[in-house]
Amino acid sequence: MGKVNLTLLLAAVAIVIIIAIALIFPLERLGQLYSLLLIFGGLVALLLRSIFAKEVDRRIIFLFIFVAVAAPLLFPITFSEKPTAVVKAVFDRVESLPPGSTVLLSFDFDPAMAPEVQPMANAISRHCLKKGHKVIFMSLWATGQALLTQSLTNTILPEFPEKQDGIDYVNIGYKAGNEGVLNVIVSNFEKMFPTDVNSVPLGEIEIFDDIRSCRDLDFIVSFGGGLPGSKEWVLFVGDPGGVDVAAGVAAVVAPQLYPYYPAQLVGILGGVKGAAEYEFSLKETYPDLKDMDTPGLKMMGPQTLAHIVIISFIVIGNIIYFRGRRKEKGQ
Amino acid sequence: MKRQIPVILVGMFGLFMIFQYFVPHESSEWVYEFLLDWTIIIGIFAMALGLWSLYRVSVEKIKTRKPAWGYNYLTLCGLFTMMFFGFTTQNGEAWGWFFPFLVSANLVLVLMIQASVNKGGRGLFLGLAGVFLVACVVIIVFDNTWGFHFETAQGLQSTMFRAFFDHILIPIFATMFSLLAFFIASAAYRAFRARNVMATLLLLAALIVMLRFHPFYGPLTPYIAPFMSKTSNWLMNVPNLAAQRAIIIGVGLGIVATALKVILGIERGYMGKG
Repeated sequence: MGKVNLTLLLAAVAIVIIIAIALIFPLERLGQLYSLLLIFGGLVALLLRSIFAKEVDRRIIFLFIFVAVAAPLLFPITFSEKPTAVVKAVFDRVESLPPGSTVLLSFDFDPAMAPEVQPMANAISRHCLKKGHKVIFMSLWATGQALLTQSLTNTILPEFPEKQDGIDYVNIGYKAGNEGVLNVIVSNFEKMFPTDVNSVPLGEIEIFDDIRSCRDLDFIVSFGGGLPGSKEWVLFVGDPGGVDVAAGVAAVVAPQLYPYYPAQLVGILGGVKGAAEYEFSLKETYPDLKDMDTPGLKMMGPQTLAHIVIISFIVIGNIIYFRGRRKEKGQ
Repeated sequence: MKRQIPVILVGMFGLFMIFQYFVPHESSEWVYEFLLDWTIIIGIFAMALGLWSLYRVSVEKIKTRKPAWGYNYLTLCGLFTMMFFGFTTQNGEAWGWFFPFLVSANLVLVLMIQASVNKGGRGLFLGLAGVFLVACVVIIVFDNTWGFHFETAQGLQSTMFRAFFDHILIPIFATMFSLLAFFIASAAYRAFRARNVMATLLLLAALIVMLRFHPFYGPLTPYIAPFMSKTSNWLMNVPNLAAQRAIIIGVGLGIVATALKVILGIERGYMGKG
């Protein structure tokens, strides 16, 4: 009877504590608190278990990754970002161009890469339009055109209703031919893109009054990570045409582009982290953009927690490995 | 002759492409651009070939009742439905008889395949396919609420194309890609173990590069964060760069060697029989 009373008392205390926390913290903070407790508590338990050299079932790992990704999406956790030199270089280049400069943004990615690359593409598009640059949008990937349209109609243009198609920006769409397209537009745009996506001849579009080829552009940013992508822009346009090129790529591709930085690539935005740093710089420089959508910054929470979970599992795996080896030696 | 002509053509055009790079003359550039047009045209024809190949492979799987053959119907119907969406736009607000047309067109396709698979009921399937084909033609002729646009890319902006792209294709791709996170976590747990010196170095490098992103050092941030940042930058800019450069130069030399072998007719794999 005494045991039952004690259990009831403990349960009542626990309920009171939970209610007290719920009253003190707002729901979002509470969610964050509980999910972090769940993740870190679980990791500590697994860490203690690893001392006995007990392997972790992969389903447990999947569960931790699921919670680590889902919890910050439900209860957003955001961090302040300090832009790294590679990202800052791109931001400064866009910032230092005089208003009215012509910037080409190429959406060379598919929906698989979109969660990583689209936030940075939106941020740079926003920055260029904010600075008053003329923006030419295009794509070397068939799936890129639909994503470009999505970005323009859902995100970029509603924020800049005053910008006019053909005067402030133009969407020339997708063209098949991969590197072949680049090889031609480095000397002649019209040959490869006779019209924009609305079937308006390039000769009638104001932006193209002074632009004959990529050599006449002030800056090019290629978003992607596959082939053709940023590397092809450097090889076929940046170097032969003498135009500054920057890259916005998926995180796994970024290390492959470092050999081109800073001589052939102005800067590199790598994955969600690159997008988050760019968004942070944009918000810091333009206070009126403080309410803009920042998917990069929002996604840093799930990414950070997932990385911490992976790091913890690597540590746990090594403890199990060494404990197991010691056990084997002992036997 | 069947083998010599392609070898001669490849050699001739390959040598010309090398030669023209060093001749900045108008005529050389004109020929170069002319050849580039050919490359793009051939690339577009390859797309048509890909479509035909997909159709043939799918029909073959249905014919031979390979495992999960039913999905091939889905593949083909998806392919043709998206093609119809890409080539059609509304003339006003309503879609009219577009969806009955779409269903009929897909039924024609399915029934034609069924006719080629089931020899017994071929007449019935062909007859039904004919009925639906007539229905398609009638809808195209009499329904003016929508129309085909082959000359422009208007169809790519159409509601249905975008809805299917935004709400089916993007989530499918994103789901497939996001599954990687689970497998990477499981693989990292099993593979990143300090079994020897090289594995330990790899493990430490991975940990430092991953930890540079994280602001979770608490009161130790001023001490740990700069170290992590500097070390990871060094890892990216020195060992990673050196290895990447070596790979790029190696790949470049490999490309030159392979190109020379192709131009000189030593490597004939592109003709299909090695």
